[in-house]
Amino acid sequence: MSRSWPDEIFTELKAARIRQVAYVPDAGHSQLLQRCHADREMHTVSLTTEEEGVAMLAGAWLGGDRGVLLLQSSGVGNCINMLAFNQECRIPLLALVTMRGEWGEFNPWQAPMGLATEPSLVAAGVRVYRAETEDEVAETVRAAATFAFQSYRAVAVLIAQRVIGAKRFEK
Amino acid sequence: MNERALDRRSVVGRLLRGRGDALVVTGLGGPTYDVAAAGDTPLNFYLWAAMGGAAMTGLGLARAQPRRRVVVVTGDGEMLMGLGSLATIGADAPQNLAIVVLDNEHYGETGMQLAHTGRGVDLAGIARAAGFAGAATIRTDAELQALARRLFDPGLLFATVKVSSETPPMLLPPRDGPYLRSRFREALLGPDAHK
Repeated sequence: MSRSWPDEIFTELKAARIRQVAYVPDAGHSQLLQRCHADREMHTVSLTTEEEGVAMLAGAWLGGDRGVLLLQSSGVGNCINMLAFNQECRIPLLALVTMRGEWGEFNPWQAPMGLATEPSLVAAGVRVYRAETEDEVAETVRAAATFAFQSYRAVAVLIAQRVIGAKRFEK
Repeated sequence: MNERALDRRSVVGRLLRGRGDALVVTGLGGPTYDVAAAGDTPLNFYLWAAMGGAAMTGLGLARAQPRRRVVVVTGDGEMLMGLGSLATIGADAPQNLAIVVLDNEHYGETGMQLAHTGRGVDLAGIARAAGFAGAATIRTDAELQALARRLFDPGLLFATVKVSSETPPMLLPPRDGPYLRSRFREALLGPDAHK
């Protein structure tokens, strides 16, 4: 049986020598978060809002640690001003964004950031990669990590809602 | 404003005199100029924007450099914008991080508008409730001296120093981002900065 895409992401994060993990909880990242919390070499920090993670990981990189920001698309909107830090200082950022508000979304309040996530990130100077299928996730994360840490740029991987599966509200 | 309030430049000068190899992150505006006035060094990282992010920058740095003391010097308006970060840092509880707020109860960079700290909001009280045991408000020379003595001791520290709202002469440190981050990393990491 093939491994799940969250496990594959974890393998890529280890290969990229990620030491700090900052996140706002999201159902799409729950399995990956468990792996990160259990890893003794990773320091995993829960945030009150996503832009805290942008600043935290900039500080981490200034101190020689690589990090990853785990968030959902709604949290991208919270990050925009803080991303000036990365763009002006050319400080790497690796962000893994689980998408809401696109594929089979039930909650209409997720629709605005579903649409605004990619153009907002691009406007803030972030390179955006998309993983549309499970098979694409690992290689996309790998390429994004290489680009971020070798080319000193902010890169976000948008993991399509189709990969995660639409959240079910029907009882 | 209390006319006997402490002078921000001399506060920062006294606090950083014994810094040794500590790493200092500044919040945008006045604190950036005050820390530069106390002596520019590659181990200062000045923020010129990213408002609300100074304390969190300190957290990531402190976790990356557990053997070094990390001191964040920021303003009350900057800290108010990042109040949630006090909860995040209180919960994470790094023992090599200190946050010092220079609290003039105003937004000095934008025309001296009154801040919530001038309307009774107690940053040290918020910090204590978030897990910064012993978070203090510093109002006198004696209290400042006591803070200077323990600023570099191990432990998570928060202090808000009530300072005069007088604006000292502008002193501009470097503001080119790539220069600031490269000189900081080179001074801290040596050749590893370029790996």
